Amino acid sequence: MFGYYLDLAWRSLRRHKILAALMTLAIALGIGASVTMLTVLHNLSGNPLPGRSDVLFHPQVDPRPADLPGAKVEPPDNLTYLDAVNLYRMGVAPRRAVMGGNWLPVRKDVPDSPLAMTTNRATTADFFAMFGVPFVYGSAWSAQDDANHAQLVVLSQALNQKLFGGADSVGKTLVIATKTFRVAGVIGAWNPQPRFYDVDDAYDGGAFAAAEQMYMPFFTWLDLPQDYGYGSMDCWGTDPNAGQHNPKAPQCTWAQFWVELDTPAQVADYRAALEQYSRQQHQLGRFQRAPNVRLRGLLDWLDYKHVIPVTVRMQTWIAFGVLLICMVNTVGLMVAKFLRKSGEIGVRRALGASRRAVFLQCLVEAGVVGAAGGLLGLPMAWLGLWMVRQQPVSFAASAHFDPSMLVAALALALLSALLAGVWPALRASRVAPALQVKSL
Amino acid sequence: MTLHPMIAALRKHKAGVILIALQIALTLAIVCNAVFIIGQRIERVNRPTGLKEQDLFLVTNQWVGAPTGDDPASIQKLDALLREDLATLRALPDVASVTPVNSVPLLNSSWNGSVALKPDTALLGGKARTTYYFGDQNFIGTLGVHLIAGRDFNAGDVTNKGFRNTSEPSVIIVSKALADTLFPKGDAIGKVIYLDGSGTPSTIVGEVARIQSPATGSWAGAFVWNAVIEPIRLNANFARYAVRAKPGRLQAAMREATPALYKADPMRVLDDDSVKSFADIRAHAYRADVGMAVLMGVICVILLGVTAAGIVGLTSFWVGQRHRQIGVRRALGARKVDILHYFQMENLLIAGLGAVAGIALAVGLNLLLMKYYEMDRMPVPYVLAGVVLVLLLGQGAVFTPARRASNVPPVVATRAA
Repeated sequence: MFGYYLDLAWRSLRRHKILAALMTLAIALGIGASVTMLTVLHNLSGNPLPGRSDVLFHPQVDPRPADLPGAKVEPPDNLTYLDAVNLYRMGVAPRRAVMGGNWLPVRKDVPDSPLAMTTNRATTADFFAMFGVPFVYGSAWSAQDDANHAQLVVLSQALNQKLFGGADSVGKTLVIATKTFRVAGVIGAWNPQPRFYDVDDAYDGGAFAAAEQMYMPFFTWLDLPQDYGYGSMDCWGTDPNAGQHNPKAPQCTWAQFWVELDTPAQVADYRAALEQYSRQQHQLGRFQRAPNVRLRGLLDWLDYKHVIPVTVRMQTWIAFGVLLICMVNTVGLMVAKFLRKSGEIGVRRALGASRRAVFLQCLVEAGVVGAAGGLLGLPMAWLGLWMVRQQPVSFAASAHFDPSMLVAALALALLSALLAGVWPALRASRVAPALQVKSL
Repeated sequence: MTLHPMIAALRKHKAGVILIALQIALTLAIVCNAVFIIGQRIERVNRPTGLKEQDLFLVTNQWVGAPTGDDPASIQKLDALLREDLATLRALPDVASVTPVNSVPLLNSSWNGSVALKPDTALLGGKARTTYYFGDQNFIGTLGVHLIAGRDFNAGDVTNKGFRNTSEPSVIIVSKALADTLFPKGDAIGKVIYLDGSGTPSTIVGEVARIQSPATGSWAGAFVWNAVIEPIRLNANFARYAVRAKPGRLQAAMREATPALYKADPMRVLDDDSVKSFADIRAHAYRADVGMAVLMGVICVILLGVTAAGIVGLTSFWVGQRHRQIGVRRALGARKVDILHYFQMENLLIAGLGAVAGIALAVGLNLLLMKYYEMDRMPVPYVLAGVVLVLLLGQGAVFTPARRASNVPPVVATRAA
């Protein structure tokens, strides 16, 4: 029966080519617009580290003074130097990494090589294993290297390409901020989006900034000249200049800190340890507030930080508004089309077809329009994503088509066409056969 | 022509009428708001900065291995480096003038604070929030800002200080917007104000017509025209120079800058981004606004296209359906133009119905956007323009089917249906 309905639908659509084309085009435009924005939204709200996001946690403590005007209940996002070091040394989590970002002048260790400012993440050894960073050459530095303030550097694939033409550069030396560093390893393609471990980088695009071009041991980095900042620093108290100079200032938060906790028991233990730490600091008189700690998982953290740009949400709503209008348009055309066939339907009904059969026949016709609209909508969505990529916004690079959106686009097209078809089909199935047959 | 038979006929097609009206209403709601967004963005992008933007470019320099600027001796050393660079740039054949700057309008790197009429006033109690510009005696001339009262800085006014030094200058130039806020009588020249809660007075010696803040974000919207210009060379291990090329020599001057600076002192980083024309700075600052406007434009075109297509489709159907009735009317003496007007009038009625509903939807959508997405209230002319637009769209879309209807010959009435 389905095959027969398909055949009928095909004939009916061919008889009114222009109308069929209009309906298909309307559905296709609606699908194109909404799938474009859905893809952008989907990519922006994606999991940056699938498989590892469940075991990564972001601890926060509250070192702020008790009377801070306008202070929110939530503790600061980042840690002060002292808390970062204390928590790093607290061996409760199996793996942990303290980090900060800035940019540094880098050149090859040969005379007259050009200097270039290069984005850098200073961190500790566990960073690479914890975040599943793949290595092409060499390896990460060790915890011992962290303790020794070793002058080692890990390069991104892109920087290794730029400096060494992509060759194995392990053991080669670079001059970074006037000091000599040895290359310990080169990582493969790794660029988690959103860049969950530091979403506040105001310089280069916030949560959708690219991963840094090089990595070096945290404590070695702190020994470098203090000329290049420490990422965004949040300070309180009366001296507005306190933090710009000294990363160890007690009233400035700037260091990011992440831990890996593999079991719920470990999470509970760590939370208790954070509370214990806060209580202890409170007793020492360093913390003025009662223990106010957070231990958010990676995805909760992204949720809390509202990383998806407001304009993207607004554009998504508008895109669905377009789809709605396209659907209303299709409903109108279908009503007209099905009722035009009243005579034909009357004959079918008079010959014994049930209302259900007529309803299904009309719905199949709507489905055909939807499928055609979906197929036509795909290239439109592709065009839409191309347009988004042309926009110079930080998340433009993530506007790519992926297979799951392909399926979603077709499903959405079919669903909207069927939804648009329900009411016209119902009306068509209620046609009174006697009246129609009489007028034939 | 009386409306009564038309309405009676429309009641036979309730579903189609309601759907077309609904579609027009939704289209009106979205198009009004989208056009409003476009209008707002265009207005934002087109506001003048107060600068003569032609022939202007910015050099951003980072020294490597320079002193940190913590003690007076190293600050003087940094200042010597800075003055050497200024001299190097000024000596270029295609350069007209140079000034050190902390920032320029639209650069999105700003130094802000607030000023007060009394000494030692707490920051938040300050009378007006403002942005600060730092430059030397060539600042006004190089940026091409229009001095409207008082005098420009002279070489004797200019001092230098470390980047983190909070002392305030004895003379300043302010923008007219800030002067009018502080001294509504228009007598700002010669008056004394206090910067950032400081206890030392700064005397206003000049007033410029307009200079925009470097910040383009909405957070700076309240004081975007308030500016204080200080005659100070700021010393740090990085520096920015605003350079005015000789007329028409912008490209040549930009090409000369990097090699000349490297030749004078190789211990620095200047990369592709370090020499930037003001046109590029402007384009970068407003890229998101332009992108949003284009996107809204595309959405509008799609919606209007779909709605027009819907009207054409449905009206064509109705024409086909009423083929015989039209023939009867023609046979009874109706002229072609009567049939044409009938369909045009019918469309006007439906579109008018949709437009009325659309006004309510447009205002509702605007309120939603205001609540969740920091939009402004949409002025009435946008809605009215939207109404006119959808009515015209309806008339344009209905014309072809209506003319086809008017061409139905009276003889049709005599044939069987």
